Amino acid sequence: MSSNQMLITVGMMVVSTVFTRFLPFIAFPEHKPIPKVVTYLGQRLPYATMGMLVVYALKDTRINQSPYGLYELLSLVVIAIVHHFKNNTLLSISAGVIVYLILVNGWL
Amino acid sequence: MKLKALKAAFPLTLPVLTGYLFLGVAYGLLMSNQGFSIIWTVLISSAVFAGALQFASISLLTSAFNPIAALLLALLVNIRHVFYGVALLGKYRNVGVKKNFMIFSLADEAFSINVASQPSEDIDSGWYYFFVNLLCYSYWQLACFSGHLLGAWIPDDIIGLDFVLTALFFVLFLNQWKKKENRKNLLIGVFATAFSLAIFSRAQFLLVAMILIVVLIFIFNPSKGEYHEQ
Repeated sequence: MSSNQMLITVGMMVVSTVFTRFLPFIAFPEHKPIPKVVTYLGQRLPYATMGMLVVYALKDTRINQSPYGLYELLSLVVIAIVHHFKNNTLLSISAGVIVYLILVNGWL
Repeated sequence: MKLKALKAAFPLTLPVLTGYLFLGVAYGLLMSNQGFSIIWTVLISSAVFAGALQFASISLLTSAFNPIAALLLALLVNIRHVFYGVALLGKYRNVGVKKNFMIFSLADEAFSINVASQPSEDIDSGWYYFFVNLLCYSYWQLACFSGHLLGAWIPDDIIGLDFVLTALFFVLFLNQWKKKENRKNLLIGVFATAFSLAIFSRAQFLLVAMILIVVLIFIFNPSKGEYHEQ
């Protein structure tokens, strides 16, 4: 690929990324009332989208071959337990990551 | 006022710093190993700023010229951004010109912190969200740049550090879970995405999941006429 062709390819990615990020804000600008159906969705999407992100982040986990996603599952369980008792975001994340690193790197 | 917002924003971005350093360095190293000059790494990281797409784009840039394929791939990978915008329409109101940068830099991690955290009353929320996004954006630039330059000298015998981003999403998920009324929609997101992932191809599952999420939201959240125009 020539430099110009690469520049066009990168440009396509920029256009598409900027477009998907700005689309809702362009479609529903501040100076116009937001349609009620969009407000309705906007109140519920913060939760559904977080659920989506959790699964999306785990999409490359192979559950049909050893260790069958058990490392991820165990680390998430540790996070949930630590978070339930300590309720400290950074502590819970650290605990889960340490458990995951130990398991996946075979440090035990 | 700005400093206060920056201080409030910083702690939650630490997991992002960790994850971005790990992934960004890997990206920069990959680009340098493929023979790209550092200008391309910097240009792509700063102008595209979308991790999943950047990794996917390496194979596009090393194969035959096909701009339409690049556009379609980017749209499919990025389609989830549309939800981020709709979910943040309210929080991003009345924040002035910095709103443009906040939208431009709205990646998964910045979105998750923006949507799931609320700064305390004495902090300007617009600046708080702005600094979350600016910090995340800066971490990524730093990581990609140094990965390209120094990647070969950075030890790579630890694997799995990108799990810190999964952990971040999961803890923010748990924070939202505390309120009973949120649980139904959190589960809709999990179920719809897991279902689509199991059935559809890697390229399509996210789009299917998003359609399913909207349908399920409407089914399980009776509107009581709230979205019908009078």
